[in-house]
Amino acid sequence: MTDQAKKTKNILLVGVGGQGTILASKVLSEGLMRAGYDVKMSEIHGMSQRGGSVTTHVRFGEKVFSPVIDEGQADILVSFEKVEAVRWLRYLKPGGKLVVNDYEIHPLSVLTGAAAYPEDIIGQLEKEVPNLLVVDAARIASELGNVKAQNIVLLGALVKGMGLDDIDWTSVLKELIPPRLFELNVKAFAAGGSGR
Amino acid sequence: MKQIMTGNEAIARGAWEAGCHVAAAYPGTPSSEILENMVQYKEIYSEWSTNEKVALEVASGASIAGARGLAAMKHVGLNVAADPLFTMSYIGANGGLVIITADDPGLFSSQNEQDNRWYAMHAKIPMFEPTDSRECKDLIGASFELSEKFDVPVLFRVTTRICHSKTVVELGERTETAVRPYKRDTAKNVMAPASAKARRYTMEDREAALAAYSEDCPYNKIEWAPQRKIGVIATGISYQHAREAFSDMSDRVSFLKLGFTYPLPSKLIKTFAEGVEKLYIVEENEPYVETFVKTLGLACVGREALPAVDELTAGIVRDALVGREDVKRYSVSATPPPRPPVLCPGCTHRGVFYALTKYKDVAVTGDIGCYTLGMMPPLGVMDSVICMGASISAGVGFQKALEFKAKSEQDPDPKKRIRKVFGMIGDSTFFHSGITGLIDAVVNKSEMAICILDNRITAMTGHQQNPGTGFTLSGEPTRMIDLMTLCVACGVKKENIRMLDPYDLEATEEAVKDAYNADELFVIITTQPCALIKDVLRRRADVHCQVDHDLCVKCRMCMRVGCPAISFKADKIEIEASMCNGCTLCAQVCPKKAISRVGEFND
Repeated sequence: MTDQAKKTKNILLVGVGGQGTILASKVLSEGLMRAGYDVKMSEIHGMSQRGGSVTTHVRFGEKVFSPVIDEGQADILVSFEKVEAVRWLRYLKPGGKLVVNDYEIHPLSVLTGAAAYPEDIIGQLEKEVPNLLVVDAARIASELGNVKAQNIVLLGALVKGMGLDDIDWTSVLKELIPPRLFELNVKAFAAGGSGR
Repeated sequence: MKQIMTGNEAIARGAWEAGCHVAAAYPGTPSSEILENMVQYKEIYSEWSTNEKVALEVASGASIAGARGLAAMKHVGLNVAADPLFTMSYIGANGGLVIITADDPGLFSSQNEQDNRWYAMHAKIPMFEPTDSRECKDLIGASFELSEKFDVPVLFRVTTRICHSKTVVELGERTETAVRPYKRDTAKNVMAPASAKARRYTMEDREAALAAYSEDCPYNKIEWAPQRKIGVIATGISYQHAREAFSDMSDRVSFLKLGFTYPLPSKLIKTFAEGVEKLYIVEENEPYVETFVKTLGLACVGREALPAVDELTAGIVRDALVGREDVKRYSVSATPPPRPPVLCPGCTHRGVFYALTKYKDVAVTGDIGCYTLGMMPPLGVMDSVICMGASISAGVGFQKALEFKAKSEQDPDPKKRIRKVFGMIGDSTFFHSGITGLIDAVVNKSEMAICILDNRITAMTGHQQNPGTGFTLSGEPTRMIDLMTLCVACGVKKENIRMLDPYDLEATEEAVKDAYNADELFVIITTQPCALIKDVLRRRADVHCQVDHDLCVKCRMCMRVGCPAISFKADKIEIEASMCNGCTLCAQVCPKKAISRVGEFND
């Protein structure tokens, strides 16, 4: 393991309950473990699965202690929903990479008109974060045949963004994804990694 | 073989490897997945118990009879199980007896933040605290052995971040353990005053032996750094945070890692404290270790630097004990709207709550489950939530207080007087500890109303079976406890019970009105299964509601039901088809009949 690989890296996945962040992080941590890294992953279940904001922390390196990422520490922040990128932005390390799904899920406060969904989030992020990748994962996944594969599109972008392409992700996907959805997800993964 | 596992998966695996025979639990975040994983190991008898007290008693009986027993629960569950806990400490253990308490620092999914380490001290039983999944697996085996060796139940204390974090575990094989011989021993197992008093003396000897064990057991160990400047005593997940926080100073920071935390090792702690210049105690919530260290007369810094509330992180420990670094944080001017959990689209609880919004003079005593979310606007009808079952029993007291108020001549504002209390309780919570409250309400002639929101599953914790579902934890069909029959057997008059489909708003409103007007105990039982049950999802996959924009007058009545599938965007009401399950509650409140259900059920 090179010195660079030994150092603990931090991946933060954020989104909304039901978006598939848990499956994406499961594939991610399984692949990292097989590649020989020490891996810790932490997620919060419970009430958050009822449409609330959800986060998954994945940390890997030669030896990982805490399973939790602190503010200003994430090497990459992958946001499955636009406004969640804003909510968790302070966790991104200076110079870290931000991957944002260009996708809105309105919380009840917005639906009822009690709060407004912020406008031009992408524009604001472009000005603030130099290392930003906006992915239209919903469109890509829909074109491939299933809008629910957004999570694997974003996983593909994450793997590319972290330079983890040399791990055999296809075999991990094969084990963790139901057979009837396997091919679709392999395509989704590749599309996410193609940098579109 | 290496596998990445959550703490909960590792506890189940550890129990299997250690030859556990009987495992029982009531689901509760963050502990629920322990038994959900246990059931895959066919050598273990696993059950969902009616509540935590029952679970611990099942495990206790198995232990007395000579089998290895395990009971798992969330922290507040141990309050329910505290009765058998304290007396099992007297009886001890024949087959190993391990009690898992899953605490929730940060209250991710709980009504309080209690630190159950005090239970070990209070009940005089030894305690383990693992720091990751590997230790979860290995320390379960150690717990069973210790339990049998010292004739004592063992408390195994984990927290949300241990339960729900995945770390790498090396898997082992199961070691079959024979069920130990059983022989009737009333002096040890029948806790009447005389025998219990004799056992009290035995417990004192046992405590002394355990304290000696704590000094040189392999689970409490000093990790000396080359320079002995700073010493950190840490337990559980806090150990990992502390190692992380001090990782840039590893040549100067020594650790005393405590995995066996009751009784605490006083000599080892003194040795460590004397070997360092500055001593820190890193632990979440209560100053449990710190209080002990201070009673030894040792100077240390703990709670004065670290917060008592919420979970710790490496960053919090670093800022407090190493120094705050000014790192740039990215930020934009947009303010994210809050995204709290909400009742799902198609939630079967919505109708009753909506019907209650029409009454300004009712109080709603709530309970633990998804329906706690009935407190959220725009429904916003809930006056109290305490603990499992309190919706009914607290409702009895609340209703009595109203009767005092009604008699009072000095009521400053009689127009705002509350007339009726509605207790809202789910099916699993009702079986857990609502039945006793119902009997109390019947026998003591309460005039409250009770809504048993039966959605045919234990929903909030992730869809576990319960006595009303007709299946056991392992999926075997079993007798289904019938709520209507049960309520009648408990003495509720048949004419005061309404069973209804909560998707039928007219029937729901009618029943709520009858309950409101009744001057005797009244019970409403809803019958729709949770919208997230797989069969329900499949059946309703192709139905949804849609808005006829020619008829819609944008009065937004439909939004008052608080459904996340309905929005008002670009001056138009829209219903998100992919989220909607066609429950039609919105259609039923629409004064212009502008909403209708389309599609076919997959029957």
